[in-house]
Amino acid sequence: MGARRPDRRNFLKGSAAVAGGLTLGAVEPALGQTTASGGFIKGNEELTLYGERSRHVTSLRMAHPPAGRPSPDAYGKYFHIAAPLQDSVGTITPSSLHFVGTTRGAFIPDIDPQEHRLMIHGMVDRPLTFTMEDLKRLPSETRPHFIECAGNRSRPQYKTVQETHGMTSCAEWTGVPLSLLLKEAGVKDSAPWIVCEGEEEVKGASSIPMEKAMDDCLVAYGMNGEAVRPQNGFPLRLLVPGFEGIFNTKYLRRIKVVDRYYMTYNDYGHLNRRDDEVGAALGMLIGPKSVITFPSGGQQLPERGFYEVSGLAWSGGGAISRVEISTDGGRRWEDAEIQGTAHPMSHTRFSYQWTWDGQETELLSRSTDDTGQVQPTRAQIAEFFGERVDDESFRVRGMDNSVQPWRIASDGSVHNAIT
Amino acid sequence: MRLLRFLALFMFLGSTAVAQSPTYGVGSTPSEEEIRAWDIAISPTGEELPPGRGTSQEGELVYRRQCASCHGVDGEGAGAPRLVKRDESQVDPWDYGRILPIRSPYATGVWDYINRGMPVNREGTLTADQVYALTAYLLYLNDVISEDDVLDDQNLAKIEMPNRDNFADLPDWKRGMQRFPGYPF
Repeated sequence: MGARRPDRRNFLKGSAAVAGGLTLGAVEPALGQTTASGGFIKGNEELTLYGERSRHVTSLRMAHPPAGRPSPDAYGKYFHIAAPLQDSVGTITPSSLHFVGTTRGAFIPDIDPQEHRLMIHGMVDRPLTFTMEDLKRLPSETRPHFIECAGNRSRPQYKTVQETHGMTSCAEWTGVPLSLLLKEAGVKDSAPWIVCEGEEEVKGASSIPMEKAMDDCLVAYGMNGEAVRPQNGFPLRLLVPGFEGIFNTKYLRRIKVVDRYYMTYNDYGHLNRRDDEVGAALGMLIGPKSVITFPSGGQQLPERGFYEVSGLAWSGGGAISRVEISTDGGRRWEDAEIQGTAHPMSHTRFSYQWTWDGQETELLSRSTDDTGQVQPTRAQIAEFFGERVDDESFRVRGMDNSVQPWRIASDGSVHNAIT
Repeated sequence: MRLLRFLALFMFLGSTAVAQSPTYGVGSTPSEEEIRAWDIAISPTGEELPPGRGTSQEGELVYRRQCASCHGVDGEGAGAPRLVKRDESQVDPWDYGRILPIRSPYATGVWDYINRGMPVNREGTLTADQVYALTAYLLYLNDVISEDDVLDDQNLAKIEMPNRDNFADLPDWKRGMQRFPGYPF
C-alpha cells in the first residue's frame, strides 16, 4: 500500500480539481503523516467478531408509506419498510438496508433452522421433505436479483427517492434452483401450477405458474454472502425473479404441485375484473423501470458545474440493455453508461456525466430491457389507454414503472416533479 | 438373439427407471399425517377441507366474541378491513369494493383466509367448525347464502360466488414474453 500511496494522492488531487465540488480538506491528510481527524476507533471484542459501519454514515430505512402505517406498530408487527436508495452506490442493497414488505403487517417469525423443513408434495411422484442441511448439500446457484413491492409507486406528495422508489432492493441470492427440487420430487406431466407457502403466522401462499417455477426460481438460503436475514425470510425464501414482490415467498416451508390456480389470499390481491386482462398482466410482471438516485428529491446541488448523475434500472422482463437520460425535461435523450454487467432481473447501475449550468431543469431516466420493452412516461401510458394524464382519476395500471422526473431548482434544490 | 432381446429389454427398463428416479437422493419422505397437517391451502374444489360444519347463527356468536372488536359489530366501522358489501344496489359485484367475502370468486378462499390468518395474533386457534360457521356468517351478511344454510366440507366449494367466473386470468407466462401482448412498456 505504501508504495502506491503517491499515485492515489495524485489521483485525488486531480479528481478534486475536476470535480471542483470536493472539499480540499478530504485530500489534505494524504499530504503528510497526520492523525485521522476524529481520533481512532478503539478495538473491542464485538468489532472483532462483527463489523460496523462508520458512525458518520447514517443512511437508514424508513416505514413506508410516509405518514402511513407505522413499522413496527403497537404490537411489534412490521408492515412496509423502504430502502434509502438516495445513498445507494453500486447495485447491491446491504442486507440491513434491504426493503421489507409484509402482506398485512406481520411479526418476524423466529425460526430455528435446525427445525425448519421444506416439504414438496401434491402432483409429484415422490413427496419430499428437506432440512436446511439437505438443501445445502445440493448444487447451488448465486445470482443478483431485485425484489420489488407492488406498492412501489411514486406520488406527488412524496419527496425523496426513498419515498417514491424505496420498496425495491437488490441482493445477491444463493440457493438451490427450484427446478432441481421439483425434478427430484418428479412433477407429474399435467401439473400447471405450484402453491408456495411460508411459515409466518398468516402462512402467506401464492400460486406460481409451473413454467416459471421450472425456469429460474431459486430456493434461497443465502443473501449477500451470509444467511438470509429474518426480515427477508430466514432461513429460506423463494425468489421468483421479475414477478411482483409478494410471489417471493418468505419463510418457505411448503410447495404443493397442483392442477389449477388456487386463488389463495395472496392471489386474491392480484384479482382483476374479467374484462381487465391488462390490469392482471401488468400486476404480475414488473416492467422496465429506472430512477435517478443522485441527484434526487430532497438533495441539494451546492453549485453549478460537473456532476455524475447516477441511478438504478431494472426490469422483470430480463436484463437492462439501455438507459437514457434527459437533462432538459424530456426534449433530448442521451445514452447513459451502464456500469459493469447488467444481469437479468437485477438492479443495474447507470451513470451520466453532466454539467449543470445553474438553470432550473428536469432530470429523467428511462430504461429498455433485452426483450425490447421501454420504460414509459405517465403521458405515454395515458395515451396508450386513451386516457388523460392530467385527469385526477388517471392511474398507472398494475406495477407502476413510469419515468420519474426530478426538478432541479435554480438554487440547486431537487424536487419530485410528478404532478 | 434371445440374449440380445433380453439385453434390449433390460436397457429399456433400466433407462426408464433412471429417468424417473431422483438424481441426488437427498431429502426424506414425509408421512401421510405430516402432509395432511400442513396441507392447508384450499383449492377451489375444496379437496383439502377438513371435516366440519357451521351455520351463520353459530358464526355470529363466534364473530361477536373473536372478530367484532376489530372488524365492527356488523362487519364494518372498525379498524380492520370491512367485511360487508358497500352498496346493495350495485349490479356488478366488483363495485361492492375489495371485500373478501363478496369479491372472492370461491367460498373456499374465504374459509382459507379465516383459517390461515384469523384472528390476528391468535391465528390457528379456531376449530374447523368455527371457521365453517364464520364463513357462513360472512356469506350471509353479504347475501350469498341464507341465514339457515349449513356449510360443510361437502358443499362449501359448490357455493356460487358472484365473481365465480368474473375475474381475469393471469397471463400464460413464457420466458422473454412482454408483460401484455401489444403493450410496449
